This record gives sequence, structure tokens and C-alpha cells, in this order.
Amino acid sequence: MTEGMTAERDTGAAATARRLLEIANLKVHFRTDDGWVRAVDGVSLGVDRGETLGVVGESGCGKTVTAMTVLKLIAMPPGKIVDGTIHWQGRDIVPLTPAEMRSIRSKEIGIVFQEPMTSLNPVYTVGEQIAETLRLHEGLGKRAAMDRAAEMLKLVHIPNPSRRVNDYPHQFSGGMRQRVMIAMALSCSPKLLIADEPTTALDVTIQAQILEIMVEMKERLGMAVMLITHAMGVVAETAQRVVVMYAGKVAEEAPVGELFANPRHPYTQGLIRSIPRIDTAATHKVRLEAIPGSVPSLLDPPKGCRFAARCRFVMPECLDAQPPLREVSPGHKVACIL
Amino acid sequence: MAGSTLASPTASAGAPARKPVSPGLEAWRRFRKHRLAVASAVVLSVVVLAVLFGPLFWTVAIDEIDFSATLEGPSWAHPFGTDDLGQDLLARMLYGGRISLAVGFAAMAVAVFVGILVGAVAGISRGSVDAALMWLTDLFLSLPQLPLLLLIIYLFRDTLREWVGPEMGVFILIVLVIGSFGWMPVARLVRAQFFSLREKEFVEAARALGASTPRLVIRHILPNALGPVIVAGTIDVAAAIIAESTLSFLGLGFPPDIPTWGRLLFDARDHLDFAPHWALFPGGAIFLTVLTINFVGDGLRDALDPRRVL
Repeated sequence: MTEGMTAERDTGAAATARRLLEIANLKVHFRTDDGWVRAVDGVSLGVDRGETLGVVGESGCGKTVTAMTVLKLIAMPPGKIVDGTIHWQGRDIVPLTPAEMRSIRSKEIGIVFQEPMTSLNPVYTVGEQIAETLRLHEGLGKRAAMDRAAEMLKLVHIPNPSRRVNDYPHQFSGGMRQRVMIAMALSCSPKLLIADEPTTALDVTIQAQILEIMVEMKERLGMAVMLITHAMGVVAETAQRVVVMYAGKVAEEAPVGELFANPRHPYTQGLIRSIPRIDTAATHKVRLEAIPGSVPSLLDPPKGCRFAARCRFVMPECLDAQPPLREVSPGHKVACIL
Repeated sequence: MAGSTLASPTASAGAPARKPVSPGLEAWRRFRKHRLAVASAVVLSVVVLAVLFGPLFWTVAIDEIDFSATLEGPSWAHPFGTDDLGQDLLARMLYGGRISLAVGFAAMAVAVFVGILVGAVAGISRGSVDAALMWLTDLFLSLPQLPLLLLIIYLFRDTLREWVGPEMGVFILIVLVIGSFGWMPVARLVRAQFFSLREKEFVEAARALGASTPRLVIRHILPNALGPVIVAGTIDVAAAIIAESTLSFLGLGFPPDIPTWGRLLFDARDHLDFAPHWALFPGGAIFLTVLTINFVGDGLRDALDPRRVL
């Protein structure tokens, strides 16, 4: 761990100007009746200005908790930031007060959630909801905020925006609502957009549209995106760098091309192998590969490597200590002794 | 009337009524399909209009004593008959109805206000605050209401009468007392609504967009919790009218010169066998008002339930 952290610090110091968000050794634990669940246990990652960082991993690996902690949207208690720092543009936001956090939310860091169907308040028109954010953060008047709301809807390709601002959420489809959510998150031009599985609840054609809009917005507004997903395909298409998480820890971090060409961690290899491939599936009758077993309990995680129980290359050393995140080639780090 | 209650937050926020799709208009559309509720709303409006404007047209004085016409049944001169002093019952009922309905609505307002306040604070805070407020609610629910009502009124009636006059004093006292015994169901309802609503994604989304907790409560959670509260409010109106009648019937309500419906029943009690009309008309008025209010509440519940697709 220490080795990985010093490496992180060195690169971080060299590129502080480029770094927007720097999470170092973050530990977020949750108190339950059975004990502390270590949902995020020593995660370090960074997002550069204008880049798209993909964060992948299966359900329950701590992706969402990491993202929510950045905005301090975790309920505390039961949650607790046990250790670590989150630097936003060089400033540690862990000790900030709720009022200071509110001024960062959506003004500097926007977030889009997984569930577009329930993420909008049913009693207000979508225009009012976008306008509310603008009035809160930009101090715009009612009229000006509504006009900006219509502009935002136009930006995310909602047809007939000046009429649609006066519609209620139930008059929009799931994909449209997700676009409204994106418009809302982007209305104050944040420097970073956290997209927490933005396409999971949508069907495939709409997923592609939403991703396209996000890429377009990113280019147009010059912001960075932290894209949380469990779909490797989505990452391959949109991200420049990828962080693979497993059981509350970073397993591997690499530029996207490098990760798919040369995955070092057995978990990453498993993830890539389990992507359905159109060429082999059509010609041979091959069963889709899966990673056997399931994520260990984070209540009392194993002492050694957390993936050891499911790893096909497991060695006796793996069970003794957690392998530190080490750099194997420039920008490519892996937490495996292999 | 039904539609405007929910439409107000949206209307005030400046949404032009371009298409009939706002939640308020949608609720009104559904309310209209509930025939009994619509009929009840009409009857209730007639009653309300009658007590508001009736005395302007039926100008017989309520305290005009006429010993030549005591305990008379309904006639053209006295459509609802007269009492033992020859006073016109229609005039007395129109005037008394104002008090009865005013008590009903004012007590409902008190109950709903206190209930929303307690329920919202309990619902948004976790742990000890919530627990303490719910103990308070359970405590109030477990108190025997009628004996306590009688005791409070007996104790404080004279003090308040000295302060703000006999009529206003009793009015305030009765409204506060009835209201303070009617807020518990509203508080529980609001708390339960808050518990489910505060976990909703749109609340999380609003927080992620930088809304403070008071703003979340007032702008995002409360408007979504109001539907059931409005329904509970209508039932509170009916309960308050009944409670006022009970108090008046027991002789602890308004002074004898203010003929609320309950007071009229109290006065008619000794003459039931030879002047039944004296009790029947005020009793019927209470019955009709409470029944129609409950039906309107029923209709509102169906109209405001977002899960119902009609």
C-alpha cells in the first residue's frame, strides 16, 4: 500500500495543475449491526482536467460509494470517512462543512444517477427543476433561469425545448429523463461530471444516445467525466483511462488501450474475457466465460488479496498480505504480485 | 376547490396552463369521476354558501322572542320551526352554522399545521428527535380526549373570556383544544411519507445539486407528501365539527346566546317528544356536513393517489 501511495504522490505532485480530483487512500466504512462494513478500503485515484475516467467493477465493489463520498452524499452515520483525503483542485474537501459542500455540488461537480425514472421530482415541471439549480447557484432570475433551462434541454437534444420545459417528468420517457438529468447536472457548467451508471436502467439504443450526448457535452464544455459502470463495452468506447475496482480496492489502473491489450490483474482479465464476443459466439458454440465465486464479505475481508479465492493463478503468498498497487509501465498500475 | 389545493405550488411557480396535465388539473379530472364526491362537494358548497350568505336573505333576527309562536313546527313563516322562546330556528341555524363550520376549519388548520410540523421534523431527523416526537404523539393518542377537553375548557374558559371577550375567547379555546387533539394522525402520516420520500432518488438528486436540508424538506419532500395530508385534513374538519357539537351538547361549548348546531341540540333535548323538529334540523345539518366532507375526502384520496390510473 505504502509503495503504491508514494508512486501516486510523485505523479500527483508533478501534475497538480492538470489534476482536478485526487482521491488518496480513501476509506469509507459503514456501521451495521454486525460490525463495520469496509465498503471502500484504501482507494486512490485521480481525474485530470478534460479526461474521461472509467471506473468499473461488479456490484458492491465500492464504485458508487467512492463517487458519492466525493460529493459527501453518503449518510453519516451510518457511513464514516475513516481515512484518506479527497483533493478537489488542490483543496481537501473531507473536512468541509455542509454549507461549503453545497457550493461545490453541481457548481463544480455535477452528478447523474442511475435511476432516471425516479430522479426527477414529480410535482414540478422539468424546467422548474433545472431553473431551481440555476437560481440557487448562479443567482439568475425566474425568467432568465427558465430561458437557460430551455437552452440546456436543447443542448441535450430534446426536441421542441421551449415547449417541453413546461412538461412534467411523467410526460418524458426514461431516456428523455436521463437527458433532463444530464441537463440539470450540467446547467451550472461543472468542471467534473460524475456519471453513476447513467445508462444501466435504459435499453441499448437509448444507452448509445446518452453516451453520445455525454461525450458531446464533455467536448463542448471541456469538463472531465468520471464514468462509473459495470459494462466494459461502455468504458472501451468512452474512457481514456480506466480504474478497475474489486471489493473496495483498486485492482488495476491503466489507459484504456493498454488495459484491453495487456490486462495484468487476473480480475481484469476475467472481466474482459466475460464480455460477449459477436465473432466467436456466432461461429462456435462457446459458453460465455464467467468469473467463478462471488465478492468476499466486506464485513470481515480476507487478510490477503481479496480476489485470491476466485483467482485462477492463486499462490500461497496471495493469502498472506494484500499486494500493493505497483506501477508496471507508465500509467499502468496493478495490485497483484504477478 | 379540489384541484386548486394541489395546483397552487405549481401555478405560483409560473407554469402556464398550456396543456391540462399539471398534477392539480390531473387530480381534478380524476375527482370529477368520483360521482358521490362531486355530489357531496355540491351539497357542501350549498351548506357553506347558505351559512355565509343566508343571513343576508333570511333577515329574521336570531334572538327575536315571540311567545305567541313557541315550539311551532315548520311553516312558511318559520321554515325550520321555532324553539321554546319562539325564536326562528332557520335564522339560528344559519348563524350557528357559521360558528360550527369556522370551528371545524380552524381546528383542522391547527391540527394540520401542528401535524405537518411534528411529522416533518420527526421524518427528516433520525434517532432521538424522531423517537421523542413519536413518544409525544403516542402520548397524545393515549390521552382520554373527552374528559380532558371538558377539564381544559372548564379550567381556562373564564380566564380567556376576560382576555378576549366571551365569544372570541371560547372560539379560540375550542379551536386550540380540538386542534391539539387532532394533529396526531397527520403527524404520523407526514412522518411515514417523509420516511419513504427522503430515500427517493429525486431527493438525493436535489441534494447532489446543492439544496440545503430545509430546502429539501419544503420544496421537494413536502409537496409530494401533501396528498394524504389534504385527505386527512378533510376528515379532521368533520371530526372537529362533531367535537364542537359534543362540547356544546354537554353545555361546555359556546355561551347559550350563540346557537351553534351542537348548542341547538343541547337546548332541544328537553323537548324531543313534542318538538322533534328542533333537534332534527341541527342534527341533520351536522350529519349532512360531516357526511359530505368525508365523501369529498374520499374523492380527494382517489384523485390525489398518484398510483391510481384512471
